[in-house]
Amino acid sequence: MSDIDSKIPEGPLATKWTKYRSTVPLVNPSNKRNIEIIVIGSGLAGSSAAASLAEQGYRVKVFCFQDSPRRAHSIAAQGGINAAKNYQNDGDSVYRLFYDTIKGGDYRSREGNVYRLAEVSGNIIDQCVAQGVPFAREYGGLLSNRSFGGTQVQRTFYVAGQTGQQLLLGAYNALERQVGIGSVTMYSRHEMLDIVKIDGKARGIIARDLVTGKLERHFGHAVLLCSGGYGNAFYLSTNAMGSNVTAAWKAHKAGAYFANPCYTQIHPTCIPVSSGHQSKLTLMSESLRNDGRIWVSKKKDDTRKANDIPEDERDYYLERRYPAFGNLVPRDVASRAAKERCDAGHGVGASKMAVYLDFASSMKRYGTIEANKRNIHNPSAEEIDRLGKEVLKEKYGNLFDMYKQITNEDPYEVPMRIYPAVHYTMGGLWVDYNLMTNVPGLYALGEANFSDHGANRLGASALMQGLADGYFVIPYTIGVYLSNEIRTKAISTDEPAFVEAEKKVQDNIDKLMSIKGTKSVDHFHKTLGLILWNKCGMSRNETGLKEAIEEIKALREKFWSDVRIPGDANELNTELEKAGRVADFLELGELMCIDALHRNESCGGHFREEYQTEEGEAKRDDENFAYTAAWENKGNNAWDLHKENLEFKEIHISKRSYK
Amino acid sequence: MNLTLKIWRQKNKNAEGKFETYPVKDVSPDMSFLEMFDYLNEELINKGEEPIAFDSDCREGICGSCSMWINGRAHGPVPGVTTCQLHMRSFKDGETITVEPWRAKAFPVIKDLVVDRSSFDKVIAAGGFVSINTGGAQDGNTILISKDDASEAFSASMCIGCGACVAACKNSSAMLFVSSKIFHFASLPQGKVEAKTRVQNMVAKMDEEGFGDCSNTYACEAQCPKEISVEKIAKMNREYLTAKLT
Repeated sequence: MSDIDSKIPEGPLATKWTKYRSTVPLVNPSNKRNIEIIVIGSGLAGSSAAASLAEQGYRVKVFCFQDSPRRAHSIAAQGGINAAKNYQNDGDSVYRLFYDTIKGGDYRSREGNVYRLAEVSGNIIDQCVAQGVPFAREYGGLLSNRSFGGTQVQRTFYVAGQTGQQLLLGAYNALERQVGIGSVTMYSRHEMLDIVKIDGKARGIIARDLVTGKLERHFGHAVLLCSGGYGNAFYLSTNAMGSNVTAAWKAHKAGAYFANPCYTQIHPTCIPVSSGHQSKLTLMSESLRNDGRIWVSKKKDDTRKANDIPEDERDYYLERRYPAFGNLVPRDVASRAAKERCDAGHGVGASKMAVYLDFASSMKRYGTIEANKRNIHNPSAEEIDRLGKEVLKEKYGNLFDMYKQITNEDPYEVPMRIYPAVHYTMGGLWVDYNLMTNVPGLYALGEANFSDHGANRLGASALMQGLADGYFVIPYTIGVYLSNEIRTKAISTDEPAFVEAEKKVQDNIDKLMSIKGTKSVDHFHKTLGLILWNKCGMSRNETGLKEAIEEIKALREKFWSDVRIPGDANELNTELEKAGRVADFLELGELMCIDALHRNESCGGHFREEYQTEEGEAKRDDENFAYTAAWENKGNNAWDLHKENLEFKEIHISKRSYK
Repeated sequence: MNLTLKIWRQKNKNAEGKFETYPVKDVSPDMSFLEMFDYLNEELINKGEEPIAFDSDCREGICGSCSMWINGRAHGPVPGVTTCQLHMRSFKDGETITVEPWRAKAFPVIKDLVVDRSSFDKVIAAGGFVSINTGGAQDGNTILISKDDASEAFSASMCIGCGACVAACKNSSAMLFVSSKIFHFASLPQGKVEAKTRVQNMVAKMDEEGFGDCSNTYACEAQCPKEISVEKIAKMNREYLTAKLT
């Protein structure tokens, strides 16, 4: 039995949401004007939620650590956004998107939530088009689609390789419109450092003005955490430098459960690590797998250049192992397969920790089609290549340029070298169907929550979920709570709860500044990242996880006695900002390992070496682990486990195969 | 590679700033410019000195945070890239590199190389949107948009809001930034309804925030990391005139 209530409405799956949102309590417009909502983070989830709630009449305060809300890391999402529009007439439907997402998540997500996500996906595209997002179009003027991993239909909408940027700018424009009107107050260069609870409810936050270092108290009837994922715990990831877990972690320490922290998505197509000075990893969009073929040499330790290896000596291992989905298998499957080939000695490039992503055959295919379109008879091979290159350029130009800029190699001429890298975290704050954590009044949206992707997220679904939560879910579900809060007057920030919370934050800052040790924050962050990557990364085992837990504990102790933070706390101090975030990663890292250690099965992004099939595929244990692990913080780095059982009424839970 | 860096140091917005010289040894040509700064900062921290403050987030050329004026150019010597995508292989061994913050009245320095660009947000808040609320939008495919119009709109909406155009302009004009947003919406049917008020409100706000007039030198286009063309400015001028005259 679950000991936590997900509040999924009763009734048939297909009508749950429609019925629920028609019956949730409402807050009348004049009462909305007296209700204040705090939003932490200004990415897709935060901006869309803030704009939508402000449009309804709520008074909204938005906080982001960047200098402008437009810079949140949703901006970097490349490939696209899924929606069950069935514009391509290829058999897509709400049900199919729902099914693909549940299966893609390796049967570790909630049916109710995922169905709702699929249901509102179409509205998102309509909304974004109306905002002026310049989605890719066909010649006739209709919206264009492409494929992403884990699906056999074309349901991904895109804007070149900059879909996240364009969607975020749409939400940012909507947000700024509300700022201009005065319905939203924007606090840029501010970081949330604690949640304030009064009588068990979230009632506000403590934030630090990153320019002056001053701590501020802010009241809110509700607090929405839209602060993204925790992939930067690994130091090297595709996240932005500033991406952090701090807001979510402070909420966790204030009582909110943290769910499935071991589910990390390692994205298969990233530019490989080149050396120790590297500060981050760069993704090459999954959309490239529409046209790129992944291969390594059949020969071990082959030192020939890619273009010198003849066709019959190449191993297109994804096409070989997974003929039904080929190069478009989901991310977890593609990443493990790349690791397997490299570990077996077939890796390419100087480091041998890479595989090829090759566009030569697409270039030929597109070039031939273009030649036909343009009525060019008997085109030469060079002409075909030139025409094909034009098509690739239109589709992926910015990605190819970025690759060349970083690696100094031209992917139009030689195959890209790619390797998996930490990209997204499926785990996050536990939320119910209303997106509320177990702390009343405290919500988590977008990547910050755990809710929709199970143990593995499908490509182009993060943008979908962030915007679904912000535009089409929270504006309804927040009424369930706020309709009972209309009599709550704004609480003075001189109340003891605010004073105490501020003192706690100040004490923590003072403690960090007083250590005056010998090692930089980055030193600790890099060390933690390596522990997690090696022992809680693409594959894990019991021994490694147990070691990692001990190593992280020791590292944490070292951090608190030997970190060096120059400068003062009452000014812009980027080292102090980083130190606070790394301190939280050092606690989260341990919980990630504890969660990975307790889950004695393999599923999605969580691959325990002890639990695999003879073919090396992930082996789930549905009898014992078909639940969400929600961890309660007991203080002093101790946790209690709560289980939310996952019931599959609509989908027959089965072996996840892409063969 | 061994380099000499001359970097603008300024404690806060009220303090006097000055150049400090830092030798940097054993730089790898594969490092990005900002990784070279990380490397230098690590050294400064180890010596007990304060690291150089600079803005940086995505490090893949899209968030628009990084904003360094390198050897007299916004984002350094390579056209079409942001500072975070600039690599040390673009410099010579032994070179002296001068790094300053964006210089513009509308972008006051906060610390070292960090400037305040919130005036850009204010210009967007004045009109850089389509006034529709969430919900009730018609089916996306009911608005037909030609491939060319979509690409035109995207050629402007790809602006990352970094402020290089302002830094590059001798008048500190924000015309390229503002016109990119105007052009984006002017290329699409969704933007037509409010075209007149949008351009007037955004231009008025731009002036109010202290940005200068267009210098007609095209320095903005030359230094824009997304290589956005000055034709956007011409379009904005037409839109503005039309709005004023009709």
